[in-house]
Amino acid sequence: MSAKPPIATRRGLLGAALGATGAGLAGCERLATSPAVNQRLNAAEGLTFHVQRLLLGRDALAREYPASAISPDFRANGTVNPDSEDYQAHVATGFKDWRLEIGGLVERPLQLSLDDLRQAPARTQITRHDCVEGWSSIGKWRGARLAPLLARAGVKPQARYVAFFCADTLELTLDGTGDYYETIDLADAHHAQTILAYEMNDRPLPVAHGAPIRLRLERQLGYKMAKYVMRIALIENFADLGQGKGGYWEDRGYQWYAGI
Amino acid sequence: MKPFKERTRRGATAVYRHPVLVRATHWVNALCLLVLLLSGLQILNAHPAFYWGEVARFAHPIAAIDAVPRADGELRGRMTVAGATFDTTGVLGASKSGGEQLQARAFPSWLTLPGYLDLGAGRRWHFFFAWALVINGLIYAAFALASGRIRGLIWPSLGDLRGIVRDIWDHLRLRFAHGDAGYNVLQKLAYAAVIFGLLPLMLLTGLVMSPAVYARLPILGDLLGGRQSARTLHFLAASGLVSFVVVHLAMVVAAGPVNEIRSMITGWFVIRREKKTP
Repeated sequence: MSAKPPIATRRGLLGAALGATGAGLAGCERLATSPAVNQRLNAAEGLTFHVQRLLLGRDALAREYPASAISPDFRANGTVNPDSEDYQAHVATGFKDWRLEIGGLVERPLQLSLDDLRQAPARTQITRHDCVEGWSSIGKWRGARLAPLLARAGVKPQARYVAFFCADTLELTLDGTGDYYETIDLADAHHAQTILAYEMNDRPLPVAHGAPIRLRLERQLGYKMAKYVMRIALIENFADLGQGKGGYWEDRGYQWYAGI
Repeated sequence: MKPFKERTRRGATAVYRHPVLVRATHWVNALCLLVLLLSGLQILNAHPAFYWGEVARFAHPIAAIDAVPRADGELRGRMTVAGATFDTTGVLGASKSGGEQLQARAFPSWLTLPGYLDLGAGRRWHFFFAWALVINGLIYAAFALASGRIRGLIWPSLGDLRGIVRDIWDHLRLRFAHGDAGYNVLQKLAYAAVIFGLLPLMLLTGLVMSPAVYARLPILGDLLGGRQSARTLHFLAASGLVSFVVVHLAMVVAAGPVNEIRSMITGWFVIRREKKTP
């Protein structure tokens, strides 16, 4: 059940400390761009992940706020309107023919309509969204809890991660590595507040915020909370997705664990 | 705390002021703070605005840096603090940052790590050196408490505090007591404020920004007035540390840079020299 980002080793930490000496003199671009140095710096992500999981626990709930705290100016980041023909056709028909596929390492692959999701065990939560850029906004979300859906599909024992494949393409590439995707581990997938949100502030999720559904993963930063989710797959590892780092932004240098 | 070891060589009497652990943690600390400052400004460049409370009110920041186009097409960098606007073109908001043209970026490339815009890399540097700072700080704290250094050298006594007026007056006239092995009251207050005030505040405000930590310990968020307040305080405390370092370095220069820097390398601090007799 536990995920494995790069483990912090003493040698890694020491090596990076030594390797980084002098890098602070901002001119040292060579050091700052060196893959070896950056590899060493990644040791801190593994340390943060393991220490936070150990000390903070898996089940702590993110704070929930009163309705009066909802932000009137909740910002939409990243893609705000995917331009693919398929997606635009779904928008035109109100996602009537849209189906969420839950597949991969499951006993019973599912095809769920938006109505199916609305009838699944749900949760409503008013939570704070923290963007990696530094800002926060509070919104009210209602969605299907991910854990019961996974139970319905029957997660196979070798599955370790849940991958979310999205309708938005942030970077046009020939091989599709510019498509948005995200991965989370099963501990986070089973968290009580992890939902596939289809409502925001008591209205159907707007296109700018990820219609028809977006992931809410309340104890991590916004880029983990994939919008425009089209397909979900249970997987053993994410090495062969995208560029292998576990998400669109992770492939571009962001941390897989975004709890800080 | 035991009295300092003393030795006299070639007419110079020195005390062993800084044991090796203090010297090592001092330099690791200096490196960490430098990297944390530069990578912190890289992170800040992603959203150079501050708010108070839990959330952002995008239209009403307490302070913000941005770039606006002028009539002639050039960019103008500006900083807005509590409603007052300052033109900061060339440094904040819009700077050349290595290129030919002014480009829109809050802090210029010479103040960020890496020099180019890369939030992910900035975070990587920041969290690695944050861990290094914390581990280094714990080693220092354990040693300084166990050896009595905090009580003996850093924490000001009542007697010290009574002499504060005289000490301020001496500092204003740039008169420093060179014969003392210990610190004067202003030094003690400055070091105590950094060790017990600013550095713990940096750590605390940093932790409150973590959504995972906040979920477990929301009381820390309440204590600091919310996540965006914590972010603002994180920046203010960092500014406080920068001010401390500026004064610290100025004092090193004013008090005799060779003796001061040597003492933080070898441990030995010269307190007096014999006058040459004719």
